[in-house]
Amino acid sequence: MPMIARGQKHGHLRLAIQDVIDGAALWRLWGKLGWNDILQRYRRSLLGPLWLTASMAIMVLALGVVYAKILKIALHDFMPFLCVGLLIWGLVSSVLTEAGSLFTGAESYIKQIRLPYSVYVYRFIWAKVIIFAHNFVIYFGIVVYFQMWPGFIVLSTIPGFLLVTLNGLFTSLYLGMISARFRDVPQIVASVVQIVFFLTPIMWKPELLGGHSVLMTLNPFYHLVEVVRAPLLGQEPSAINYIAVILVTGANFLLAAAFFVRFRARISYWV
Amino acid sequence: MSKPVLGLDHVSVSFPVYHGGSRSLKKSLLSRGSAGRIARDADDRITIDALRDVSFSLDSGDRLALIGSNGAGKTTLLRVMAGIYEPMAGAVTVHGRISPMFDIGLGIDGDLSGYDNIRLRGLLLGLSSSEIDRLLPDIAEFTELGDYLDMPVRTYSSGMTLRLTFAVATCFEPEILLMDEWILAGDAHFMDKAQTRIDSFVQKASALVLASHNLDVCRRWCNKGLWLQRGEVRSFGEIASVIESYQAAAI
Repeated sequence: MPMIARGQKHGHLRLAIQDVIDGAALWRLWGKLGWNDILQRYRRSLLGPLWLTASMAIMVLALGVVYAKILKIALHDFMPFLCVGLLIWGLVSSVLTEAGSLFTGAESYIKQIRLPYSVYVYRFIWAKVIIFAHNFVIYFGIVVYFQMWPGFIVLSTIPGFLLVTLNGLFTSLYLGMISARFRDVPQIVASVVQIVFFLTPIMWKPELLGGHSVLMTLNPFYHLVEVVRAPLLGQEPSAINYIAVILVTGANFLLAAAFFVRFRARISYWV
Repeated sequence: MSKPVLGLDHVSVSFPVYHGGSRSLKKSLLSRGSAGRIARDADDRITIDALRDVSFSLDSGDRLALIGSNGAGKTTLLRVMAGIYEPMAGAVTVHGRISPMFDIGLGIDGDLSGYDNIRLRGLLLGLSSSEIDRLLPDIAEFTELGDYLDMPVRTYSSGMTLRLTFAVATCFEPEILLMDEWILAGDAHFMDKAQTRIDSFVQKASALVLASHNLDVCRRWCNKGLWLQRGEVRSFGEIASVIESYQAAAI
């Protein structure tokens, strides 16, 4: 089949879809590159990627003990809540703050070899999922220590997690593109993410908002966290949680699709 | 007359200059003779026209040499043919698999072993795992690195690394081969063995495009020439006549 690259006015949609499919087919490549990204950081260290787990565990322990005291909540109630929240937030925030270098960081690849651009996005999200999996070991520690059994509702973590990952995929795609063109964007994202962390119930329980719970309903990050956190704690996420997450996913998809279809061919000029 | 394997139809490429102070950059570049023209696009951004209205086609068996001074657009043209830059206007048509050989060291990870790097490079070249496994003994044999292939590449000397990357880069059968001049620039450092290998590698390709300043190499390897100047085609045709007009203009 002949490969035809036309002037940038034609066939945008078809080329974009082709890119996403071809990229997925190269899973061996991005799977390996994603792993290497993590191994590279911890090579020749004793714990390797388990350093991720260790530092997260220490943070959860320290914050859990202190904040349970400050907020006057029982440790067995607060600790699992905080732990799961921090695990999910670790994934969400690292995706958002590091998406900016998704394409610019791969400049040497993009300029030397033609690969579907989606490969870089898959590689990025894959690396983030691996890190999440390492951190997730802490959850089992919490489950055992506090002897909590969440019940079968824990299975609905899976669709929740898939939704969060899907959002990560879409968001990092357009954030990566915008950041390649406008180099200020990663800085802006980083400061916004920090604010959102304090506005989202992770370090504090949602009940503390009292009558102002509408503040939470309007925060899309609350719903994203909740669809994964609630089942892990043995609770069922509310219908509003799911509806909000699906709406957010739809919006993110449209944004990512619009950017990718319109500006995909420009990425190599931008990086 | 066979179907062209590679065709460019009125291809133009221009790069926007986003950096601050691009206006003064414009001034400083305007006097440069051979590089792409500086222009402004519709939104009053500074752009550099790297390629303007380039058209030509190659048939199976053709070996094309791109010649021209620094900044004439040779590398950009190679990258357009490789599909890295999609043209702003015009169309590129390719029948067959494009094998670019621009940076053979790309993706080499110093902390991985030689074997792992070979596998990674193979994946980057678009080879399947089974193809890589099939080619692995040949690559390993060519590098003459022996047990070193189990060691991290970090521990290699630069000559050993070169042998590794070179062996991987030339292990497969290219269809349409695009080469920047690096591989010939390194001539003196290569062993005879490498020279034979690259010769047969190039012979296997159904078409070759080579960007080089070395006119002797162009004459030896190519049957066609394309002279680029400031992003435009000055002449295209038989290698001897293109080189002749290029040299005439240089004097």
